[in-house]
Amino acid sequence: MVEPTTIMPDPSIKKVSASGPSTLSVHAGEARVKPGFSITDPIFAASTYTFPDTQAIVDFLEQGEPREEYGRYGNPGERVVEEKLAALDSGEASVLFASGMAAFVGLLMAHVNAGDEIVFFDECYHRSREFCRRHLSRFGVGFREVRTCDYDAMEAAITPKTKFIISESPTNPHLSVVDVDRFAEIGRRNGVLTLIDATLCTPYNLKPLEAGVDFVLHSATKYLGGHNDLLAGVVTGSAELLDPVRNLRGIMGGVNSPHNAYLLERGLKTLALRMERHNANGQAVAEFLAGHPRVERVLYPGLPDHPFHAIAKQTMRGFGGLVTFFLRDAGWQQTAAVIDAVQIPRIGPSLGGVESLIEQPMVMSYWNYTPEERAGFRIADNMVRMACGIEDADDLIADLSAAFEVSE
Amino acid sequence: MQFRTRAIHVGQEADPTSGAVVPPIHLASTFVLPAAVGPADYDYARTGSPTRHAFEAVMASLDGGARAIAFASGMAATHCVSMLLKPGDHLITGTDIYGGSWRLFNDVLSERGISVSAVDTTDLTAVQAAIRAETKMLWIEPTGNPLLSVTDIARCAEITKAAGVLLVADNTLATPVLCRPLEMGADIVMHSATKFIGGHSDLLGGVLVARDLEVGEKLHWMQNATGAVMGPLESFLCCRGVKTLELRVHAQSATAMRLASWLQKQQSVKRVYYPGLEGDPGFATAKKQYHGGCGAMVSFEVDADVNGAQRFVESTQLFQLAVSLGAVESLIELPALMSHGAYAPEARQAVGITDGLIRLSVGLEGVEDLEDDLSLALTKISGS
Repeated sequence: MVEPTTIMPDPSIKKVSASGPSTLSVHAGEARVKPGFSITDPIFAASTYTFPDTQAIVDFLEQGEPREEYGRYGNPGERVVEEKLAALDSGEASVLFASGMAAFVGLLMAHVNAGDEIVFFDECYHRSREFCRRHLSRFGVGFREVRTCDYDAMEAAITPKTKFIISESPTNPHLSVVDVDRFAEIGRRNGVLTLIDATLCTPYNLKPLEAGVDFVLHSATKYLGGHNDLLAGVVTGSAELLDPVRNLRGIMGGVNSPHNAYLLERGLKTLALRMERHNANGQAVAEFLAGHPRVERVLYPGLPDHPFHAIAKQTMRGFGGLVTFFLRDAGWQQTAAVIDAVQIPRIGPSLGGVESLIEQPMVMSYWNYTPEERAGFRIADNMVRMACGIEDADDLIADLSAAFEVSE
Repeated sequence: MQFRTRAIHVGQEADPTSGAVVPPIHLASTFVLPAAVGPADYDYARTGSPTRHAFEAVMASLDGGARAIAFASGMAATHCVSMLLKPGDHLITGTDIYGGSWRLFNDVLSERGISVSAVDTTDLTAVQAAIRAETKMLWIEPTGNPLLSVTDIARCAEITKAAGVLLVADNTLATPVLCRPLEMGADIVMHSATKFIGGHSDLLGGVLVARDLEVGEKLHWMQNATGAVMGPLESFLCCRGVKTLELRVHAQSATAMRLASWLQKQQSVKRVYYPGLEGDPGFATAKKQYHGGCGAMVSFEVDADVNGAQRFVESTQLFQLAVSLGAVESLIELPALMSHGAYAPEARQAVGITDGLIRLSVGLEGVEDLEDDLSLALTKISGS
């Protein structure tokens, strides 16, 4: 039997110096020599880690040498995927969570105190805002929202109590694109922390940290995992600002599993390849829809008539697989008929996987809201959100085309 | 539906009980039966299980066959095919084939009363001449390994059809993305799913696809009787891998083509083997037979002795020194010492696997990054 010479990855031979997005997807963050000389990282399913004797525990506690202790505080496979995610987003460190919401909650709980305020752009994920409005408020944290991409309103809403300004980019399902340079600048000038939820653009299309944003957050369930088969969330930024987030995660416990972490690492290897295809399919489907008589309007940052096309083109490599459109002269039922008629995209929430998904936001996410509340969210009855997978664009277009015909 | 759309959706119907967009992984070894006697979809997992069937369904669709069967490894699949032969039968194989297959045919089957002839299958006259009354099977690798010779599948099928011989193609290197041998007249296609199909260097597997149901059923009977089945976790990972198969193979082939052309221009490179290069002996057949690229493998000889070649393969940073191929990570190896060490030295020399031959498996990294890596390693050959 061959004795492995390296049990923990040796950081001195870790980095691959190349910088192409696909090279980074495959190699970034990984040790050149892995445990057991495996080409891929092993899955450490262990819940706990052992010490040879009491002195070793004392040394660990006193000197804090980097090693594992207990699964909730960290896992070797999780550290690899965190380093890969940090490298992909040009960050110093990443902290992985059990889901995107766990990452969001973990970040805010670590950095926000009673008396602080948070300002949101109003197209942020409704569950994120709900967490702040209903739950953080119970701990004395204030909450404001302003119209998405209204930078003057954002500036005006900032008070001496403001701790965080938060947006998604692009937003979901409206696909508004934030000028991340301007967003970061507002944060710097006012001494507040900035967070961009970049789930929809991924580091392949945009790296908000390079614009000076403090934190970038992803629901890794979406494009990063990419296969609709895991839940994960990640927050990336400076090591200093993420240290308290990592420590609190160990206390609150919203860690991911070793198996999920491995699937995420595996999914990341094809990130550049998949994103190139998601971008191409999104663009092709958006252009098809824009020219179809049954479609009243299409929201896609890659279309020249999109309100944020200019900033998107200037800052993003591509515009992703999500396409939102409105059916012409259709109520919610006629809109539902189109969704029920498509054959390739499955009907369901989520996005970013290889399989295309389609949904009517009014039904899928806002069914329990009043019409007035939905109007406030700018969720129209005839709105459809399609998350293009990596199938052939011709098949997706033929499928939509047929669905428009049979549902008429 | 187009190839890639089928790769994502066939066998992946949403789970009827939960609606899960990715079907669950069924780990069960046995299945509860509706009655002691009578039909059931599954009874015991060696015979079949839902997760393995999902992978088999998508492979049958992608290769255009009637039945696919998934195995614990590529060699388990190859062995299952070989069990169609009986003592007294004659098998013809190519010379530029995987070392493990070579070992099975020449060291295992030949000990059990099956005669084996190795011929250069790019030479159709030689193939025709090798056929005898007892010949039952012709085993080809459409793209050979490691010399990347190209065997004309359709022309071989003409010969085997006329002679009543089974044609089996190990299409591991070309994958169903680039060519589908069953559509060209082959009877059985074999893949080491460990390579491009899984695609991430993290599973072992093999798969057979039969053009006719009858042959497929016979192979499945043999698999069930002998037991080398693919496990549920590997079946799940293979389904996941197949979803990006076309993207990966196209991207890896395009990078391989660029690297092969680049290697040709390097002074310390004596010869490049890549069927996409004009002037390569396999170029014309590859052009006819492959669509969308010529594969991710590139072999070449450096102007150096075995020590220089060894220094070269040990100097690359992105290309990692390992056997196997077809994954997202680029790999480099010396066939004479590594993948084809199972050939006897004389046989190796005879088929052209020299000590200075280097084989690349090109991954998904950026082409400039890989060029830089090889460029730097080429300067290490001299050892100064």
